[in-house]
Amino acid sequence: MSGSEGAPPHKTKSGFRLERWAPLILLGGAFAIYVGVVLATGQAQYLTFDNLIAILGRSIALGITAIGQTFVILVASIDLSVASLISATAVLASVIMDGSPAMILPAVLAAVALGGLVGLTNGLVVTGLGVNPLIATLGMSLIIQGCLSAFVSNFAGSVPAEFQVFAYGRLGPFPLALLFLLALACLAWILLRFTKFGSDIYAVGGNEEAARFAGIKTRRIVVLSHVICSVCAVIAGLYLASRLRSGAPWIGADGVYDLESIAVVVIGGTVLAGGRGGIWGTMAGMLIFSLIDSVFNVAGVDSFAKQVLRGIIIVAAVAFYAARSKRIVA
Amino acid sequence: MSDRTETTHARTRRLPQINPVWLLLAALVAGIILMNPGFVEPTGYMNFLKRAAPLAILAAGQVYVITSGGFDLSVGSLITLVVVGSSMLTNNDPAATYWVIPLMLGMGLGVGVVNGLVVCFLRVPSLIATLGMMITLNGLAFLWSGGAPRGYLPDTYRFFGRELVRDVPLVGFIPVSVIVLFVVVGILAWLMHRTNLGRQVHAIGDNPVAARLAGVAVNRVRITAFMLSGLSAAIAGILLGGFAGVSTDVGSGYELQAITAAVLGGAQLLGGRGSVFAAFGGALALTAIFTLLNFLGLPQPVRQVVQGLILIAAVALAMHRRKQTGT
Amino acid sequence: MKRILMATGAFAVSVVPLHAQNFDDPQEFAKQQEQLQAEPMGPEGQPWLQHIGGEMTETADLGLEAPATVCFSNAGVNNPWRVVGYTNMMQEVANHESIGDFVHVDAEGSDDKQIADINDLLAGGDCDVMIVSPNTTAALTPAVERACEDMPVIVFDRGVNTDCPVTFVHPIGGYGFGIQGAEFIVENVDEGSNVLMLRILPGVDVLETRYSAGRRILDEAGMNIVGAEFTDGDNAKTKSIVEDYLMRGDIDAVWMDAGATAVAAIEAFEDSGYEIPVFVGEDQQDFLRKWQDEDLTAIAPTYPTFQWRTAVIAAARVIEGEPVPAPEWVLPQPAITQDELADYVNPAMPPLHYAMCGCESMENYPDAWGGN
Repeated sequence: MSGSEGAPPHKTKSGFRLERWAPLILLGGAFAIYVGVVLATGQAQYLTFDNLIAILGRSIALGITAIGQTFVILVASIDLSVASLISATAVLASVIMDGSPAMILPAVLAAVALGGLVGLTNGLVVTGLGVNPLIATLGMSLIIQGCLSAFVSNFAGSVPAEFQVFAYGRLGPFPLALLFLLALACLAWILLRFTKFGSDIYAVGGNEEAARFAGIKTRRIVVLSHVICSVCAVIAGLYLASRLRSGAPWIGADGVYDLESIAVVVIGGTVLAGGRGGIWGTMAGMLIFSLIDSVFNVAGVDSFAKQVLRGIIIVAAVAFYAARSKRIVA
Repeated sequence: MSDRTETTHARTRRLPQINPVWLLLAALVAGIILMNPGFVEPTGYMNFLKRAAPLAILAAGQVYVITSGGFDLSVGSLITLVVVGSSMLTNNDPAATYWVIPLMLGMGLGVGVVNGLVVCFLRVPSLIATLGMMITLNGLAFLWSGGAPRGYLPDTYRFFGRELVRDVPLVGFIPVSVIVLFVVVGILAWLMHRTNLGRQVHAIGDNPVAARLAGVAVNRVRITAFMLSGLSAAIAGILLGGFAGVSTDVGSGYELQAITAAVLGGAQLLGGRGSVFAAFGGALALTAIFTLLNFLGLPQPVRQVVQGLILIAAVALAMHRRKQTGT
Repeated sequence: MKRILMATGAFAVSVVPLHAQNFDDPQEFAKQQEQLQAEPMGPEGQPWLQHIGGEMTETADLGLEAPATVCFSNAGVNNPWRVVGYTNMMQEVANHESIGDFVHVDAEGSDDKQIADINDLLAGGDCDVMIVSPNTTAALTPAVERACEDMPVIVFDRGVNTDCPVTFVHPIGGYGFGIQGAEFIVENVDEGSNVLMLRILPGVDVLETRYSAGRRILDEAGMNIVGAEFTDGDNAKTKSIVEDYLMRGDIDAVWMDAGATAVAAIEAFEDSGYEIPVFVGEDQQDFLRKWQDEDLTAIAPTYPTFQWRTAVIAAARVIEGEPVPAPEWVLPQPAITQDELADYVNPAMPPLHYAMCGCESMENYPDAWGGN
């Protein structure tokens, strides 16, 4: 995904950088629209703390997936297999648990192992065989979905009450899953911002050849990013299994987590060509999606018009900061 | 093409250039014939071509966008919009076909223009731009029809996708859609491989900056590529609507199949390399895979796995060959 | 070889308990077969007000004041059946003065989104009564349970695994649908005839039960089932599948688990130059019209969209303190036969309109449903 060997990236070190603040501006705008719509329709009851928490908690699975997606997009790769992987791990976990609390740990381990394997394969196919990541992960997605549908065609297994705490538990006024998402985002931020691995990711995404000459093991970085992405998808799958009490082979595809997670990451200011962006932008992107959903619900927008608007909003949001760039985009 | 006076050197160099997609297609067709000898009858292979026509046309258009360095994910929902829109506009009136079809082709071009403008001037990556377009068009199709299309498609409209030309020597009959297929692919192939436009598409996909410096109107060429893709989607929609009638999800999944077909034909994602004929071959091969798996009685899940494996293998093989030949 | 077989067997056994839901339940089959014969209670000619079995349960103690706000969490309006149903529903809402605001949220076919929608409604929707049309049974159960704690809930179409809702509105069910179509085939073709079964998708409970019931009857009658194929509800794919089967041999009857692609299947026979065999479709106008025009031997079992009206009626009764059939409000599930065909064909209606809508006498018919 490096079709932009155009002009060099912006080097302005000082001054106002729209790119940096764009996600926040968009988020502020989305929030202002939400408040405006709520007040305009005279439904002030939607402005309670409870409701704001409910909005924050709307898209947790999407948020977790998007954190992983951020890593692969930063290294100028992409992952279309997350939706199938989410379905696969949700089913795998709920089948292994099958209602028994004792099996929670084995189920989680098995799911994470599956994720690791998928991520590793994705990464190796991309780096080793030189297959375009879009095709590699699309192929992987078909393979996972096919294998999964061969064995199950409906909700399978069940998640014990103890595991449902993940999705339904609360710590004071805050849903546990929301705090978990926050913690995961912090972890990802620390990884990207303060570690060698993090700076390597930006280097590889910015210019793979230069990074290789600088002595970075670029392949390893790409593979690791894919593993992180897949493991995040696994976590999203576990969360959904906990939320839905069971796993079904269609939950990932139904949520369109592959394309939506990419849209969230890009709206958050991470560039598809790699090398620029970050986790907080992605989190802002996720919140924008949640707010859009809520605005539509509050305003009672017809679901078909909703789709039309959503498509336009995605493009407009990306155009908001991309339009100033002089690069030729892929 | 290959003249007898050509040197052996040139010939050996040309030999490995047979696109592997044709070998794959030949193997698949052999497999199908083995499974179902009826395939060599006109009913067999004409039905096959008829079925492959929408995808092949779509892939032939998609290959323009891919070669110029982008993606067009909006074609699937454009197909849906064309079918739904046609049923709304014709409103059971056979005479309406004559203005509805040109209008739909125009709409395809229009969607392509918008895609191109968003990519070129708003600098939105085509993956996102056409993803947004995909969601928007799908919503429009539902919005327009209120979720359930209002009209039947008249027989005049369905002529292209459903009727046959009978009493043809040698083969007996030819479905109209197969004629449309050959005409469209022929024109698109000529444009790509015999005109300046095709060279420019390749040039900007290979290196947009160099192409611009060389005087190529990058934006105009890219927009043209999206327009051709949109046009091919509109044609595919007219054929699909003709073949099978109105439904609200006719086009779903076609965007990825079209990209897959182009890639099977050796088109290089992110640009610089792509052939309309090979994409056509890719579409036939993909359809042949589905047909073969069907004859083998394999369930849908297996088809998915096989499709995934072939997709990865095809690209991995292409990369391997490219490394070996050093291009 | 033996070892492989044993391993496969062991695997199969280990997989079987995963399918907690049984789609081939002889008891449920027998129950629905009986319900098809039962005389429904309630006003004649208004099947959306009728019910089969179920006790009338008082709701006066719920203490709601009219006009009340009714919130509706909808699984989606992503197919024509749901579009017709939703139109029925909105028209029915207008009939009830006891319903003040009607808040509609659409989950667009996603379990996750529907759970979030219900939470939103509970957090700030000011709902007095909630109607839920669950996207899937198992996944929505916890959300519905939570809603039950705050207000009376009415569930329709698909159910939930809890008896906390005031009532669960639904027609007889999938077995009934499968039975009606398959029995018609058995009556109209000879033993040993070739029957092609066309299905939409695997795994969907309401479709799986239709298939298992249809299969059971066809097998018991000694039919030769030449194939059972999934069409994904796609017209082009359906037509291709039928064309392929026709190249391999004759087909005497076609059974479908849903009629959305029936006309495409019929066209495959027409375009290949075959007689159209005995057909099982559904109550969509395009199929009914084809049936009338071509004079087919056919039947249209229905999964009536009038249940969307019934859900609103149940909500209104709850607000007004009137009794409702509970814990299940089982609606009749009539099949359209040759005798009634003329009553249901209406060229003014859109091709994908479901004729068994119980909406002909409503105020804005046919405009609101897209008719001319």
